[in-house]
Amino acid sequence: MTNAPLILLQDISHRYADAENLILNKVHISLSEHQRVGLIGPNGCGKTTLFHLIMGLLKPLSGTVRYKGKVLAGDKDFGELREEVGLLFQDADDQLFSPTVLEDVAFGPLNKGAAPAEARDIAQQTLKDLGLSHLERRITHHLSGGEKKLVALATILAMHPRVLLLDEPTNNLDQQTQSRLIGIINGLDLAFMIISHDYDFLVATCEDLYLLDKGHVTSGHTSHLHTHHHAHPHGAHPHKHGDA
Amino acid sequence: MRFEQFSQGSSFLHRLDTRVKLISTFFLSLVLALCQSDLTALAGLVIGILLITAARLEMRQVCYRLLMVNAFVGFLWITLPLSYPGDRVFAVGVLSISSQGVALATLITMKTNAIILIITALLATSGTADLGHGLERLGMPRKLCLLLLFSYRYIFVIHQEYQRLARAARLRCFRPGTNLHTYRTYGYLFGMTLVKSCHRADRVRQAMMLRGFKGRFLTLNDSIPVRNDLLFLGAAVAGAFCLLALELGTR
Repeated sequence: MTNAPLILLQDISHRYADAENLILNKVHISLSEHQRVGLIGPNGCGKTTLFHLIMGLLKPLSGTVRYKGKVLAGDKDFGELREEVGLLFQDADDQLFSPTVLEDVAFGPLNKGAAPAEARDIAQQTLKDLGLSHLERRITHHLSGGEKKLVALATILAMHPRVLLLDEPTNNLDQQTQSRLIGIINGLDLAFMIISHDYDFLVATCEDLYLLDKGHVTSGHTSHLHTHHHAHPHGAHPHKHGDA
Repeated sequence: MRFEQFSQGSSFLHRLDTRVKLISTFFLSLVLALCQSDLTALAGLVIGILLITAARLEMRQVCYRLLMVNAFVGFLWITLPLSYPGDRVFAVGVLSISSQGVALATLITMKTNAIILIITALLATSGTADLGHGLERLGMPRKLCLLLLFSYRYIFVIHQEYQRLARAARLRCFRPGTNLHTYRTYGYLFGMTLVKSCHRADRVRQAMMLRGFKGRFLTLNDSIPVRNDLLFLGAAVAGAFCLLALELGTR
């Protein structure tokens, strides 16, 4: 890591109002330009919480969030980060709210101040890049699960982010759509962090790894997933290794 | 649930500017809703039939829709002739049918069908999204327009969520009956659907915020009314005035 980190979380602690224990306890995480990081951990360990803290959707109990070295405090500071960091939600239905696909993809560019014609061009280009042009006129809620996920990704990419945060992107996707997603992600010239329980997917897309458990984070490398694959919790299930 | 079954089509009415259609519908249905003469209502019915023909919709579905509306009108036919005071035309025991009651029921039937036909021909031929944008550009309160757009977008999702819960209950051998267990179960189902919708609304708000939403929906198609639109608007408003003149003339 030669570059200064784009995103830096320092000593972040968080607790939900109805919980006794801290869900995150003095967590330290960084993401540099072009870094590709996987984030794994058991259910309910706070992975999504961590993303929401980065985006400023939640306020940490203590600790600081920095973007490009600058400490972010109010909604206004986070506005700057949100223009450059895209978060892909777990449930694509939460993210697609416009009636048609094209309108939804153009929503972000319009909000960033693009003129209607310009926003339309950006949206069409983004859909074309992802091979989704044929969905342009479709009604968002009539799409299949896989299509919804890819269109949701398009809505984020249309904002031309520098960083992507993907929250369990492979959930409920078939093998074919997963491979397509891997192809898309690997073709992006961005920094990203991916929450996933799918080790093969992480090996195929990421280099570095954060493991979150009981409020603490340890870092590693995805190659460990290769060498120690019999130790990981999914080891008993048949799945492919090493050909990514 | 089926929505927007008439919104796809290539007729002249489908291609009209949404704002023009909204204004035309407003004037025509306003005059018809307030009119009290049979002649005006009949003229409105003719306008409605002409428009629905111009919209080239599938007649079977149009008739089905009319049938649903007229089921309500049917209740008026049961109650009005019996309860409205006036000249008795027919009597069985204590029940008597008044001619004024029949006349009123006829008037209401004609008015209702005329308005439904006009709304189907003019408004149902646009998508809900376009109607929402059209209303906003006509200066309707933005919050109401957003409410319309979101209700439309998420009613499917909420309906699906409800169905998922109802299916889960059915798979565990839930059979609705007339008992407390059934009422309680439906209470839970509705309650849970409400809670889930609430959570979803929260997540949607977050998703919108992250994409730079600042309370105003910007639209991609800022169409400008063309000559045809203005001609139609002129004709519709003139039609509304003719109906008004007819009404005032026959009073």
